[in-house]
Amino acid sequence: MEYTLRRKGLPAIRPPLMKRIADASAPYLYTAPALILIVTVMLVPLVLGVSYAFRDVQLLNPFSGAFIGLGHFRALAEDEAFFRSLRNTLWWTGASVLLQFTFGLILALLLDKPFRGRALAQALVFLPWAVPSFLAGLNWAWLFNPVVGPVPHWLYAIGIMSQPANILSDPQLAMWGPIVANIWWGIPFFAITLLAALQAIPRDLYEAASIDGAGPVQRFLSITLPFLAPTIAITILLRTVWISNFADLIVVMTGGGPADRTQIVASYIFTQAFKRLDFGYASAVALVLLALLLAYSLLIVILRQWLISKD
Amino acid sequence: MRAKPLLVTIAHRLAILAYIAFALFPLFWLLKVAVTPNDLLYSEGIRLWPSRASLEHFDFVLRHSAFPVFFRNSLIVSGSTAVVVTVLASLSGYALSRFRFRGKYWLVTLMLLTQMFPLVMLVAPIFKILSPMGLTNSLTGLVIVYSAFNVPFATFLMQSFFDGIPRDLEEAAMIDGATQFVAFRQIILPLTLPGIAATLGFVFTAAWSELLFALMLISGNEQATFPVGLLSFVSKFSVDFGQMMAAGVLALIPACLFFLLIQRYLVQGLTAGAVKG
Repeated sequence: MEYTLRRKGLPAIRPPLMKRIADASAPYLYTAPALILIVTVMLVPLVLGVSYAFRDVQLLNPFSGAFIGLGHFRALAEDEAFFRSLRNTLWWTGASVLLQFTFGLILALLLDKPFRGRALAQALVFLPWAVPSFLAGLNWAWLFNPVVGPVPHWLYAIGIMSQPANILSDPQLAMWGPIVANIWWGIPFFAITLLAALQAIPRDLYEAASIDGAGPVQRFLSITLPFLAPTIAITILLRTVWISNFADLIVVMTGGGPADRTQIVASYIFTQAFKRLDFGYASAVALVLLALLLAYSLLIVILRQWLISKD
Repeated sequence: MRAKPLLVTIAHRLAILAYIAFALFPLFWLLKVAVTPNDLLYSEGIRLWPSRASLEHFDFVLRHSAFPVFFRNSLIVSGSTAVVVTVLASLSGYALSRFRFRGKYWLVTLMLLTQMFPLVMLVAPIFKILSPMGLTNSLTGLVIVYSAFNVPFATFLMQSFFDGIPRDLEEAAMIDGATQFVAFRQIILPLTLPGIAATLGFVFTAAWSELLFALMLISGNEQATFPVGLLSFVSKFSVDFGQMMAAGVLALIPACLFFLLIQRYLVQGLTAGAVKG
């Protein structure tokens, strides 16, 4: 900060050398601890992980560690379970993001205008967000369990199920278990973000519009939506990446089963590393996932450029 | 004309109620099973409240299981992580807010990137790095890992709070002869107390919830955090639902307390950021 130059009426005095060095290094001193931590705990393991993808690294085998080139990737190309996990990732991410967003937007709109008890209602509906994800997973797994949970009995009572069974052990339906848990857990995030954006819309715009005779639907389409659009775009983008990596609920609720029907790529990586202790193969899968996510992000950036240049 | 607003109001309140019911029902059920005595659990399967409630499961969990140890471990890990991250993020967030310096762009890019890539990628390499240093199966190891994961987001959060404080304040102090660091510590930090509280809350909750790295890095009950302990408990004694849910209710307490403390600032803080941005 060059505050010395601000003394009015006096000629600017050049501070002594030591002082200038101290000033120049200040921002780096402030950021160094955080930077060192990020580099050693995230960047170094990331690079190491990339190298594992080309090596035979197995935790329990002391003779492993040799360079094997593209061996893992050749195995990966024929790994049926991996391709199933890719398809499951699309399904899991798409359904979760879409439903979280829809219900989150409705909730944000409901909470936008002041009403009696809004603060309390807001605290209650946002509560699932504070529930640790592993507990959300366990909680829903129990709700779906016909022994202690009510959900199978309800589904049976309204005729959707022929008998109260656990959907988590039904290969056709199992994915809905983690998805429902994820929706429950993720609605507050979207609602909080969208509500914040809603509250930032100038109120007089709505007044002006209704004086001009615009109905509620028209006001929503021509004021609310355009104002929300940037927030919606960025939250959906970030959330898509985040949810496609979010394995906690699946690891807790189904462990990827039955018969890999709920295995997503992220939980597949974790299973390879944690259960089979095959760090090399896990890192190869992780590298593919990283490449796919980068491609996705790049695609979005290009799409955005194209949309901007089209206008 | 009067009937329509009334109908809209009723529909609005009903919709809110539906959301509240959906949000609270799972937690309510957790509590319900936790207080249901074992002999009633199966006979009164889907009743909304047992005919006789008891705290026997909580009693068992607190006195005859390893859960108090898990609870303590999680408190240590989450508390330490929250403090470490908040200190580091205050420093780096202040630098991002107040200084222009070469490398700032790269620092921000690096921090944004860490938010994008799948952390599960790091499970294996981090295990390999920490293991020879004796930091696997150790709470210190977890604190280091969680701190690194949470510093980037916390930095941006703190930066947004610092951005909301006028620069004149510390400039005035510095003209009076204070160094910038003293001005930062004695004038700016006290003004960002709400921001510090929010950051502490966010990081504490995140560390309290983390499962995958804890599963990978911790083995055995001595050092297990709550998620790890609860999961191993579930796979070992998968029949005793009452005890598991009692443990679940206990795991919920600190997270909910923190949430209730910060939820008031949640939308406010984000709104301030949105108006500026």
